[in-house]
Amino acid sequence: MKTSREPLVLWGRLVTCGRVALGLDREEAGYRSGVQGSNAGTMCFRRRRRLTGREAECHSAAGYQPAPHKSAIRCALLAFLALSAAAAELPRFRWQNFTVENGLPDNRVYCVAVDGDRVWAGTDNGLAVYENGKWKSFTVADGLAHRAVLSLAIDKHSHDLWIGTMGGLNRYSAGRFDSFTQLTSGLPNDVVYGVSVQGDFVWVATAAGGARLNTRSKQWSFYNERNTPMYEIWTYSVTAAEDKVYYAVWGGGVLEFDVQTERWKDYNDPDGETEIVLFKDQGLIHEITTSVSYVNHILWVATYFGASRYDGRNWRNFMDKDSGLPSNFLNQVKTVDGTRTWFSTDKGLAYFDGERWATYRPALDTHTPEMLVRDEHGAVTHVPAGSAPAHHYTFAVDFQKDDIWVATAKGISHGIRISPGDSDR
Amino acid sequence: MRAAICGLLVLASAAAAAGQTRYRSPDDLALSPDGKRLFVVCSGSDEVLVVDTAARSVAGRVAVGKVPRGIALSPDGKRFFVTNSWSDTVSEVDAASLQVLRTLPSGFEPTGVAMDAARNVLYVANRLSDDISIVDLEGGADVQRLVAGRGASYVTASPDGARIYVSHIYPQIDKFRAPPRSEITTVDSQRQVVADRLALNNAAGVFHIALSRDGRLGIAAELRPKNLVPLAHVEHGWVFGDSLAVFGEDIGAIGGGGGVVQMPLDEIENYPSLPFGVAISPDKTRAYVSASGSNEVVIVDLAKLVAAARSPEAARLANDLSASARYVVAHVAVGRNPRSIGISPDGKALYVANRLDDTISIVDTARAAVAATISLGGPADLTPERRGERLFYSSMYSFGHQFGCANCHLDSTFDGLSWDLEPDGFGIDIVDNRALEEIGDTAPYKWNGSNPDLQTECGPRTERFFFRSQGFRGDDLEDLVKYIKSIPLRPNRYRLPDGELTSAQLRGQGFFTRTAKKDGTPIPDALQCFVCHSGPYYTNKRTADVGTGKLTDRSPLVDTPQLTNVVYSAPYLHDGSARTLEEIWTVFNPKDKHGVTNDMTKDELNDLIEFLKTL
Repeated sequence: MKTSREPLVLWGRLVTCGRVALGLDREEAGYRSGVQGSNAGTMCFRRRRRLTGREAECHSAAGYQPAPHKSAIRCALLAFLALSAAAAELPRFRWQNFTVENGLPDNRVYCVAVDGDRVWAGTDNGLAVYENGKWKSFTVADGLAHRAVLSLAIDKHSHDLWIGTMGGLNRYSAGRFDSFTQLTSGLPNDVVYGVSVQGDFVWVATAAGGARLNTRSKQWSFYNERNTPMYEIWTYSVTAAEDKVYYAVWGGGVLEFDVQTERWKDYNDPDGETEIVLFKDQGLIHEITTSVSYVNHILWVATYFGASRYDGRNWRNFMDKDSGLPSNFLNQVKTVDGTRTWFSTDKGLAYFDGERWATYRPALDTHTPEMLVRDEHGAVTHVPAGSAPAHHYTFAVDFQKDDIWVATAKGISHGIRISPGDSDR
Repeated sequence: MRAAICGLLVLASAAAAAGQTRYRSPDDLALSPDGKRLFVVCSGSDEVLVVDTAARSVAGRVAVGKVPRGIALSPDGKRFFVTNSWSDTVSEVDAASLQVLRTLPSGFEPTGVAMDAARNVLYVANRLSDDISIVDLEGGADVQRLVAGRGASYVTASPDGARIYVSHIYPQIDKFRAPPRSEITTVDSQRQVVADRLALNNAAGVFHIALSRDGRLGIAAELRPKNLVPLAHVEHGWVFGDSLAVFGEDIGAIGGGGGVVQMPLDEIENYPSLPFGVAISPDKTRAYVSASGSNEVVIVDLAKLVAAARSPEAARLANDLSASARYVVAHVAVGRNPRSIGISPDGKALYVANRLDDTISIVDTARAAVAATISLGGPADLTPERRGERLFYSSMYSFGHQFGCANCHLDSTFDGLSWDLEPDGFGIDIVDNRALEEIGDTAPYKWNGSNPDLQTECGPRTERFFFRSQGFRGDDLEDLVKYIKSIPLRPNRYRLPDGELTSAQLRGQGFFTRTAKKDGTPIPDALQCFVCHSGPYYTNKRTADVGTGKLTDRSPLVDTPQLTNVVYSAPYLHDGSARTLEEIWTVFNPKDKHGVTNDMTKDELNDLIEFLKTL
């Protein structure tokens, strides 16, 4: 029966094999060399005492000695299995990265939105779409309100794209850009950090409050400190579902709009505006919220000081010191189903499946691809990776079936989901 | 005493008769699949008439909603759907019993309609919502809106139903004095999304679309207004171009038009004015276009039209007045204001709705001549308003009958453009084209209030500075004025159903009627909104300097415009320089001369605008 300890056992073997392969444990293992180096034909398997409680076994070349190449293969296989077990059921990807050299208008990609076979990227210097293997860019000359694109949202029915920029809101529909600015429309402010589509309504988060556009009647409704509980009007993100709409208010916590009752409610850090967590899991982790994601009645909140999860009754907070978050500085949180959740941080892309964590990034020191896995007990495993997202500073993600697209500070990355055993190069 | 009583009775009866005078005003028509019945939408009498094409007489009628405009038949001919443009509904009617089966919802001012039988939905173009309703016929709900252009009005389905095409009566709102532009919105009916937007540059006012039976060729009737050049002369097509926008597989991307080529119908001294309805013969040899201003049907040789559209010089033919000689083969005089046209299944007969004659012309396509005229009934006598309406829609008074009042005041409204009229000098006094609803009591007229009455506005001035030919005089002028004064206000869609205001609108009303700023400083009378915009039409009928004069204006004084239905008539200000209501204050009121608004927050301005939309 498979137990949770098995991966550890396998991991132990992996370590041993590795040490043997590297010639570190030859004397301990009674290694009888036949072939040098990592391709040693004769290998000894040594179980770590602290793992199994059993005496170390050493299979000598005489008593138990597989053929040299078979031993290497077995060792490699075991190593692989150990690593795979550590990462078992955690998504793995082969990363394909795109930069200006591939046609992106800018490497600084702030947002991404997937619409079937099309992938939209909002960059510091224009909007881009990836379709049929190519990138096509749109600029102010094409009708974009501003070159810096901060947020994107797809209308799932019409496939129109709503674009939040530093200079207004755009709707892109079948080749036509329509602009909404604070001068020409009811948009509260031109700095549109967030946008979300809810049926016939488009919700926006701007630097001067939130708003909702009724696309049928063309009426704008404003939401600021005068008609909501918000005390800070710098809204940074919005997510709209059928029953609830949430705003991340930068420096003002989270606002909730009940669609049925049309009432607002705020959620704030019970510790006040301090960076000290005095009351863990008793409320929102911090007031400086950057992103909200709401699926299956579960709200996730990203802040610059960790993440919070709220199921309508209980809060649960996550920081880098007590979770697999590589950093507390979160640009975005995006949940798949309320449990499986992705975090775009300044130190890599993180994934949480409810128990375990994975981080995908180029290593911070060596820049080589790495995948870190943290289990439910807190043990961290370094899983070799053949590829990684373009940069550790990640802004946002979106999903394309099993794949993932990641907006980073150095391009956009397409994580192509691979099965165990597939190469990630 | 007895004579006085008799006189009073006569007057009373005349008044009653006038109140009951309802001309049919046939606007749209559709033939049954077997060609035996013609369904005619009568926007003047709020009904659909059924004409027996063999007997050539009216065989039935059904009352529908207010001001019906468009009709679509189900492929099996058992039902038809009628857009009620003032009721914001669509009537579903049993074609055999002429019973209204259902009343379906739509957007604001539904005009054109087409049915997608495969998916059992209707596509309805909503002129004042600028969108397309997808009405699910199973549930009877307006389930989705697709973004169209400004003034979405006419809808045509491709023969295979795969594509829905929508045209627009108004141009897109753009920067001040930018060339007009419109589009044909193309919908993928299977996915129910907008698949493409065929750009129509320099076009404003696009009407019916027809597709060939094989679906490879599409033709839309359109206007090309020359509003960016001073209206200094009319000859050589200097004011309006009458064109066909030609697209489809037969055209491809040839001509550099992005899939659309604009081909003129005009000749150097003869303009088929205000092209409206289009039909393509079943054998694809001929196209028929009704010219609603010049009261004719233009017949086009399609092979030659396509050849011209595919020629290397196609892109520069749009303004070439010699081009039409290649493909226009005949002109057939029909009734007044011919609008929708429909061709019989065998291609032998063309039916033309003569809106201001209350008749249907039957054109024998082989002889290119009117074979018969069907009367739709209606009053035999013409009221002054009806005579005036005929004048309004006629292009016959302008040089070469190039245009009439209705060219700029489309369907008696406006065109969304600004113009440079010559009498004040080139480039001077650019003017916005304003709506005409309920202006009878809002004298003086003209942007600067210099015309004391409509007789001055529409009389010799029109003759001299617009038509450059003859104008309206005497009884004609009086009839025209009567008609203009009779143009009613369209329903306002922004109040609550019970006529009350929302909370935002109430707050906005508070700003509209305030007499002091937020800090308590009194606002001078001249800067209080409701002082200038007072009365039932929200105008005190005086001129004022509100700081919106441009360097090109001879005077900063402008006539205070009425605000009724102001929500519909963008752009704004006397010259049309404000694209939206917001811009009136966010851009053009830096010194608080057009009301005091700079102490307001953005959401307060939004409330004010929400209130203005209800006027």
